[in-house]
Amino acid sequence: MAAPQEQVIQKSLTQNTKLPLVCVFLTCHIYRRSLFYLARSVPCLAPLCFSAPQHLVGVVGLEIHAQINSNTKLFSGSPVGFSAPPNSLVSFFDASLPGTLPVLNRRCVEAAVITGLALNCTINKKSLFDRKHYFYADLPAGYQITQQRQPIAVDGMLTYSVLGGKKRSEVIKKNVLIKQIQLEQDSGKSLHDDVRTQTLIDLNRAGVGLMELVMEPDMSCGEEAAAAVRELQLILQALGTCQGNMSEGQLRVDANVSVHRPGEPLGIRTEVKNINSVRYLAKAIDYEIQRQIDVLLRGGTVQNETRAYDSKSGETIPMRDKEGLQDYRFMPEPNLPPLIVYEDSASLPTGIDACQAVVVQKIRERLPELPSVKRDRLVQMYGILPEHSFTLVNEDGLVEYFEAVLKATKREPRKVVGWLTNELLGRLKQQDVSVSQSPISPSALAELLELQETGHISSSVAKQVFQVMWRSSGKTALQIIQEQDLGLVSDTTQLHSICQKVVDSHPDEVYAIRNGNKKVLNKLMGLVQKETKGRADPVLVRAILQEKTS
Amino acid sequence: MLSLTIKEVSLALREGRISPTELCRRCLNRIKKTQHLNAYISVVENLALKQAQEAETRLLQGAPKGPLDGIPFAIKDNFCTENIRTTCASRMLREYTPPYTATVVQKLLDQGAVLLGKTNMDEFAMGCGSTDGAFGPVRNPWSYSATYREQKGAAPDTDWVITGGSSGGSAAAVASLTSYLALGSDTGGSTRNPGALCGVVALKPTYGLLSRHGLIPLVNSMDVPGILTRTVSDAAIVLGILQGLDIRDSTTIPAPSPLTELPEDFDVKSICVGIPKEYHAPGLSEDTLAQWSHVADMFERAGARVEQVSLPHTQYSIVCYHVLCCAEVASNMARFDGLEYGHCSKVDSSTEAMYASTRHEGFNDVVRGRILSGNYFLLKQNYQHYFVKAQRVRRLIANDFKHVFGSGVDVLLTPATLTDAARYSYFTKEDNRTRSTQEDVFTQPANMAGLPAVCVPTALSRRGLPIGLQLIGPALQDNKLLSIAQWIEQRVGFPSIGDYGDSTEIRTEREQTSTG
Repeated sequence: MAAPQEQVIQKSLTQNTKLPLVCVFLTCHIYRRSLFYLARSVPCLAPLCFSAPQHLVGVVGLEIHAQINSNTKLFSGSPVGFSAPPNSLVSFFDASLPGTLPVLNRRCVEAAVITGLALNCTINKKSLFDRKHYFYADLPAGYQITQQRQPIAVDGMLTYSVLGGKKRSEVIKKNVLIKQIQLEQDSGKSLHDDVRTQTLIDLNRAGVGLMELVMEPDMSCGEEAAAAVRELQLILQALGTCQGNMSEGQLRVDANVSVHRPGEPLGIRTEVKNINSVRYLAKAIDYEIQRQIDVLLRGGTVQNETRAYDSKSGETIPMRDKEGLQDYRFMPEPNLPPLIVYEDSASLPTGIDACQAVVVQKIRERLPELPSVKRDRLVQMYGILPEHSFTLVNEDGLVEYFEAVLKATKREPRKVVGWLTNELLGRLKQQDVSVSQSPISPSALAELLELQETGHISSSVAKQVFQVMWRSSGKTALQIIQEQDLGLVSDTTQLHSICQKVVDSHPDEVYAIRNGNKKVLNKLMGLVQKETKGRADPVLVRAILQEKTS
Repeated sequence: MLSLTIKEVSLALREGRISPTELCRRCLNRIKKTQHLNAYISVVENLALKQAQEAETRLLQGAPKGPLDGIPFAIKDNFCTENIRTTCASRMLREYTPPYTATVVQKLLDQGAVLLGKTNMDEFAMGCGSTDGAFGPVRNPWSYSATYREQKGAAPDTDWVITGGSSGGSAAAVASLTSYLALGSDTGGSTRNPGALCGVVALKPTYGLLSRHGLIPLVNSMDVPGILTRTVSDAAIVLGILQGLDIRDSTTIPAPSPLTELPEDFDVKSICVGIPKEYHAPGLSEDTLAQWSHVADMFERAGARVEQVSLPHTQYSIVCYHVLCCAEVASNMARFDGLEYGHCSKVDSSTEAMYASTRHEGFNDVVRGRILSGNYFLLKQNYQHYFVKAQRVRRLIANDFKHVFGSGVDVLLTPATLTDAARYSYFTKEDNRTRSTQEDVFTQPANMAGLPAVCVPTALSRRGLPIGLQLIGPALQDNKLLSIAQWIEQRVGFPSIGDYGDSTEIRTEREQTSTG
């Protein structure tokens, strides 16, 4: 089905000042998600999470809309795409042409089921669709089809981790309850043109399948919420049910924030919207908690309102008046029969085509290794630090890279992790590319590490070679070492003469060493390395220097 | 030729007694002659002739697509037709041309049937008179029949009677011999009511048997495309073609069996006919009551078991129907905001103001009234009290039927309407809501329960106007239901509209004289 009457849909509306400005610009820059989220967000947040002096603490619940990664929309056959020309991915149903009917996309149902299973939910064998009514220009039917009464999955739990302890290096596991996962339609996009006072409507997104996940208010600060969302992101990506990119709107997080004194009823909450990265989520929540505490401490009251996060100022600002009582006038969607999923093939009633039915057992068998399991495995198998397992799992493809390197080298896993987190990730981040785009393959890196391990090059040379390899991909470490004459100098006569020169020109240091300050030897070693441009065999140098200063 | 049945005219076409183009031309001429009935909103003359020409080629090659190849038909103007205006008799869609064709219409086109035009109706199918549309009321062809005109004091120009509704245009098209078959839609009786008042066969199949894809909805959970023909066996032919699963409509079900020809001599000895006592409603005319008894007696005399049965929740059906209908209407009509299609107001001071005036200008009072009530019923504070309660009552009504059919009853025989067709001047003394409450009383419980029902004309009233009776059957027993309906049809000898054609011509001449 082609785009119907494009020009009609692009009909402009006169800008109404009452319209909430939920402008979503198509030209958003694609930010990379933060790589070291877990490690970096911590210090400034500590006072909020443990805000003992005021006795007021934050309570955070999340409503997350995850765009289902499927080829076609939830109820129509039109394709899903992010930056297609406006109104080019619109079926008759998406444009709400009268007489069109929804036809449920099985792929979306399966995505919701596998997500539910990964989040330890109970999958409802029968779920229902409802209409939620409101008038808005990018909601062509005047209602959204959602699952209000009986969602597809309920009562789940997400386990995530934050860093704690004295040095804030201890991994602490936390849980957040998932109230439900419901299937629903996405809306279109409104683009407000203030200059010409018009609103342009793009229906490409209208009808794309969403999973709305409701997380109970089990979190207490921005860091926890951000860590929970990051974990969810990883799970969704591992499952392939959502690409999880917040800046592209594939994952949209609204935070319900309130403050109270522990033991007392929850305070009045605000809803914070317009958050488009995990980092901003933490900042927005912490700002909002502090704002509410300030309001209460000043003797004021918190208003039940929707606030938008402004990433420039770092503040939340009132967004729109929820018009007192918004009544969505829910009613059952009459054009869709109840959605039935079956536990296993044996429970399929006769006459139902097994290929067409959604069978939970079959989906469960397809569950991939989830991030938490993967992290535990890495720690157990390779003896790396738990926080390193987070770094590895956080970056798409890095675990695979890590394991491929290990296969080709005898280097200790911990050392390899060091290389990956410091050298490789640093470079990748700097140039904004993914692991799969790395110019240095795992085997090439393994070769380099192997050369260092076997004493062919020093660690500083290894780093030098790495930089060259990055710039001129294709060249092996060995080639570079030979071309640039970077091999380790282990000619004893040569080293003896260099060491002698250093000893002779630094009598004070030699005196200090002879008086028992052995640490000064390192300074002399550094000077020798400087002379040899880091190529001197450190073991030999140390031995020679010790001999000459004794 | 025009008064033949589908079966007969299909044979005539195959035998070359008439060509599809000639037949099409005659129908188009007849439409022009009967323009005063206001049965059609759009007539697609050129397209019809082109389709007829194609059918002619196929027939000449001896390769017709099926029994409907070359046969002219009409459809209610709430079925979407690609490149043909589809108005729902509303200002909202006055200029709307859909980019796709409804499944049931496509199925007829695929059979080679020739689309003549789109028929008049109540706006968005909300009404029971075909008097509340943006294109004016439909006149019942029987208003101009000899049988009605011969009644003392019946002057066609002032005393014309309504067709019933909301598919009045479709019923009038079949009754006035402009079309061999017409599609209507039936939500609370919208096909059966005008069918009965216009003296044609009107079938509302089991819910889900026919696709609703492309039917602009009134109440999704009750809407069913309806079939209007001159005979029961014609209705069976059309049902056979239209029924079955449609992937575009998730509420459709596979046809229980391919419909073969109805048995010519159905034996009623083995069946039990239920007479629901609650259908002795106040306001039931003597004529209709007499017909009801007469046909019940016929069954009894023929050896059928005829039993009085009870459907105790019938009395709550109409009010419950109104709640559910308004709620779905409020929801379904929300899409008409003037943005993507349809009427768009010039008021553009704000988006809300534009919505409001678009909807005010586009919908009539009836539609707006139902939207208002529906939104009221769906408000959070009212939902349990109205909507949920109505749904529960709906279940009870469906259970009433289940219970009766489970106790050995094969079919229910009921009146179709309280009386014969009312004069327009009388009918419009009361508002749409009042009339709907009165008129849908016998027909609408079958929609609540999703059951098949058919109206068969049985006799003329003392006023010379048609009276029809209704048969209701268990779900998916449409075939058997039609067999029993045909048994009635074979025995009642319902008269032809007769010298109707002459009267039209007389009238046309007179109009010409008066204007000239």
